[in-house]
Amino acid sequence: MAEPMKIRATLQGDVADVKVLMSHPMETGQRKDANGNLVPVHFIQQVTATLNGRTVLDAQWSQAVSRNPFLGFRVRGAKAGDKITVAWLDNKGEKSSIDATVTPAS
Amino acid sequence: MNRIRRTLLRSASALVAVAAGIIRPAFALAAEWNKAAFESKAVGDALRAIGATDAQPSKDVSIKAPDIAENGAVVPVEVTSGIANTQAIAIVADKNPFPLVANFEFGAGGDGYASTRIKLGQTSNVRALVKTADGKYFYAAKEVKVTIGGCGG
Repeated sequence: MAEPMKIRATLQGDVADVKVLMSHPMETGQRKDANGNLVPVHFIQQVTATLNGRTVLDAQWSQAVSRNPFLGFRVRGAKAGDKITVAWLDNKGEKSSIDATVTPAS
Repeated sequence: MNRIRRTLLRSASALVAVAAGIIRPAFALAAEWNKAAFESKAVGDALRAIGATDAQPSKDVSIKAPDIAENGAVVPVEVTSGIANTQAIAIVADKNPFPLVANFEFGAGGDGYASTRIKLGQTSNVRALVKTADGKYFYAAKEVKVTIGGCGG
């Protein structure tokens, strides 16, 4: 993976608005490399997000989600200081995760 | 002798349990990746695989996506559901080689909202399917024109 994930969780009232930018090639398996060989399919299949350890999002993706995926989601009942963790698992079993603290909108 | 055998059997069965995947870390509680749905090549099959064949159109489901996507490899799609008890949002691109693009399931507190960027192979209807707690599906669709296809090749 090129760069680590980036995440921001901002509180709007009692809803945490979370934006995540992941680093992943999300290969469809249809692209050819410089030598004309098909680059094998390689994509994030599962993304989970938790708020203070409780699962709030469980997403399944296909290879049609864009490269270096962006994900935006919202969580009700969040408070400033709450911990959000976003983790992904790809079709090769590789994983990554990142934490963020919910901060009030400035 | 019996004690040794019992201890051995106990650790062996624990090992088997782990190996069998009964004890799994992290993604153990995540929903299984719906292979049948994600590998469906026709919209109808993909919808059937997620149980959305009888989806009703709803004005409370809104899709924000460009009318024309210059780059089919990165098409922003933002879905907001105003329907109570939204449990999941699925994004389907009718003309993609594999129409089901993503499925977002919400746990307690998860709001009916999802935003991401997807690849579109060609001009296509993009559908947002919203599933409510009682298993019903509602949808909205928007046509996105694509000038340069984004699936590869």
